[in-house]
This record gives sequence, C-alpha cells and structure tokens, in this order.
Amino acid sequence: MERVNQTLRWVPVWSLYLLGLLPLPWLFYLGLTGALGPEPVKALEHEYGELALKLLVLVLAVTPLRRFLGLNLMKFRRALGVICFTYVLAHLLVWLVLDVQIPSQILADIVKRPYITVGMVAFVLMVPLAVTSNNGSVRRLGPRWRKLHRLTYPIAVLGALHYLLLIKGFQLEPLTYLAVILLLLVLRLPIIQDQTAVRARE
Amino acid sequence: MARRWTNTLTPADVTPEAAFWNRRQIIAGIAGMGLASLSGAGQAQAAEGELEPNSWEDVTTYCNFYEFGTGKGDPAAYAGRMTTSPWSVKIDGLVDKPGDYDFQQILGEMTIEERIYRFRCVEAWSMVVPWNGFELADLLNMAGVQEGAKYVAFETLYRPEEMPGTAYRVLDWPYREGLRLDEAMHPLTLMATGIFGKPLPNQNGAPLRLVVPWKYGFKSIKSIVRITLTDKEPPTSWNMANAREYGFYSNVNPNVDHPRWSQATERRIGGGLFARRQPTLMFNGYEEDVASLYDGMDLTKQF
Repeated sequence: MERVNQTLRWVPVWSLYLLGLLPLPWLFYLGLTGALGPEPVKALEHEYGELALKLLVLVLAVTPLRRFLGLNLMKFRRALGVICFTYVLAHLLVWLVLDVQIPSQILADIVKRPYITVGMVAFVLMVPLAVTSNNGSVRRLGPRWRKLHRLTYPIAVLGALHYLLLIKGFQLEPLTYLAVILLLLVLRLPIIQDQTAVRARE
Repeated sequence: MARRWTNTLTPADVTPEAAFWNRRQIIAGIAGMGLASLSGAGQAQAAEGELEPNSWEDVTTYCNFYEFGTGKGDPAAYAGRMTTSPWSVKIDGLVDKPGDYDFQQILGEMTIEERIYRFRCVEAWSMVVPWNGFELADLLNMAGVQEGAKYVAFETLYRPEEMPGTAYRVLDWPYREGLRLDEAMHPLTLMATGIFGKPLPNQNGAPLRLVVPWKYGFKSIKSIVRITLTDKEPPTSWNMANAREYGFYSNVNPNVDHPRWSQATERRIGGGLFARRQPTLMFNGYEEDVASLYDGMDLTKQF
C-alpha cells in the first residue's frame, strides 16, 4: 500500500478535476445528439444525479480507506467534493430549465413533493461547503472548517433518500446507495474506531 | 351503448413500414371526408389529424416492462428472450365458453384495425402510437360474458427464466390489471397485436396487450396470458404496491396529481433536449368519448 500511496503523490490534483469533469459536457453532447435515447432530458438528469451520488460515496470512503486499508486519498478529497457539487448543480439545472420549465410549478414541487424537498435541502446544505472549498476559507475558519464540512454526512443520507423516494416500486439500486452510505458513516462511529485502534495496538 | 369503429383493415392490409407514412396521409384524407358526413361519429378521430405518431425507435426503445428490468432500455435489451409462440390466453370466470384460447385462433376470429392513440404514462411522459389490434369487446363477446360479470381481470406472463426483472420483488408478480366491464366493452379499448403494421415487439407486450388510451399507461397490461370475468373489483399490481399513488381507475386527469409529481403537464417523447412541456388533456383527450362512464363519481377520490 505504501507504494500506491507513493505513486499517488505524483498524481496532480488538477488531473482529477479534468478527468472528473469530462463527463459533464460529454453527457450533454450525447443528449443533444440522441445517444441518450428518446428522452434525453430525463436521461441527463439521472446521469448527473447518479454521478453526484457516486462521488459522494467516494468522498465518504476516503477516511475509512485510509484508516482500514492504509490507502491515502486525502489529497483528492476536496476535489472530489467540488466535482460532486458541480454535478449536483448540473442535475438541478437540467431539472429546472429543461425538465420542469414552469417557475411556479418549481416552487410548488419543492413544497409538495417530499423527494424534491429532500433533494433541495441536500443542495442548500452543500452550498456553504462549496463556497468554503478554497484554501483561504480553510485558513480563516480553522477548526470550524472541519466541523462545517461534517455536513457531508447528512447531505449524503439525504442524497440517497432523494433517490429512494423518487423511484417506483421496490428497487435495488437506491437501496444499495443508502446501505453503502450508511455503512461508510457507521465506520466513523467512535465504538468502531476505538476497537480498530485497540486491534492495531495489539 | 357504444358506436363501433368502421375500419375493416385485415392482416392483408399490413403495409411495409416504408410505405406507412404515405398510406397514412391517404387514409387521413379519406377518413376526413367520410366522417364529415357522419355527424357525431367522428369524436374519437376528431383530434387524429393532429396526432403525429412517434418514431418506431421511440416506441420500441423507451418502454416500461418491469419483468425485464426497471430501466427504460431494459425491455428492449432483454425481452427478446421471451417465447411468444406458441401463445395461449386463458379466458375464465363468468363466461359462457371458458378455456385456453390459442393466440392464432383468436387472430383468425378478429378483425385487425389500425388505431392511432395518445399514450400517457403515469410518469408524465407521452407518445403517440399507431396500434394494430381488435376491440376487446369482440374478444369478450366471443367468450360470452355472463349476466353477473362486472369486472375484467388481466394477468401478464410470469416466466422467471425468461424475465430477468422478476428476480427482484419490484412488484408482486405476476403483473395484474383490471377494468370495469363497461370500460372493457368501450370501443376505444383495444387488444393490440401490432404497431406500425408489424407484429408487436416483445418489449411492447407481444403478442397481445391491452390499450386503454384514456388511462395511464400501466393500465394497458402487456403480454396477456389470462382474462377473467368477475363480479368483484380485481386486485391490480400498482394499486397493491401503493394504493395512495395508483388508484384502480387511473384515468388520465391533469387535476389529480400523483402524490410525488404534478400531472398537469407532460413531456412528449422524441422532442429532444429542449422540447417544451405540453398540458395534459382530461382523459388524455378522449373526454367526449369516455367521460360519461364516470358520471356521478368523484374522480379525486376514485382516481
């Protein structure tokens, strides 16, 4: 694992931004040219949303991966978070501009439809995290920065819940996301951390 | 009760798709002239002039058929495994001649027509589909509906080895649907055997599916293996899964929202990334034909 960590040290963070953001215009282009099927609006909305959820899982996995496997991805965590927010924003914009289209209906939807309410709450919680994702904010906020960014935990749960609430019938995929996210959060509980610490000492 | 459609196309009239559009134009012209002289007879077709069918690709690749998966592309990808020949339909319950009817035998008895209908999914998207099929009323009359029958129950094929989606309990398989007898006997209610003059592709419910154009798409049950005449309202799959969201009637109604989304507007499939939403029509545009079926009912309660 030490060798992997050594290699990763040479990977510049900007390459992750480049790679991670590439699907954004690419998917839009696919939608424009008909490659996303007969209903590109919904397809694009889902693609962006699901990518955001996957990135959230990755962000949450960084700490457990380091603690339990010794894999150090800490350097990339902030980039993953920012890329995730970008996809959430794209997801929201597709919904607003291409899908719903009618402003009065948007407001009504946010209030009336639980899955949209949940999604909007998650988005609003993400805004302060995105705004403070620069070095200046980290310095200025000090220890409060870490505390603020624990908002990622409820955001991830709300994101998975948003997916679970919008599907029809009993489906496996949203449940899988929710389960993985809950597992990644449980791994942070003090009890589990203490036990692994004990084992490490033994 | 119901006036009949007078179209008498048979399988012999089936046209290659290349010639389809040309023929459509000619038929539209003739129909227009003929109907103008028959006052009141053209209601169902009145709006047909504005109905531009979706493409073959739209209709056959954007489908819900959860037995093959919950993704819109899953049915087109996996439904090919479904064996549709031989195929028989069990007709039982309150009928004079119950039994297993061979699909080919049914076809031999029926007159296939072309019907261009709006299709509105409960998920707020819509298409226009040129179906081929026969009136359900004709099939029910063939079996002989008995006096006490009030409802018709339908069942979809359940064959797990050919239907990968049934490995998950997305719904309580087999898929079930139902209509009140007067809805079933209505001349708009079609048993579809084809689209665009071709046999139904498996993902669209081969070889035999229901089409009830004034109701949300899930009422139009696919790949039917059983039809039961009964005196009680039959249980239906989506209603069993979530009664608050999916009523027995499920008539298209822009004034009754699905609890999780508005039904006031719809997205027409095939319009691309920048298509505008369209207002949803009461009873999906078939109000003049079917509204009387629901006289005296509170459609916000019996939705």
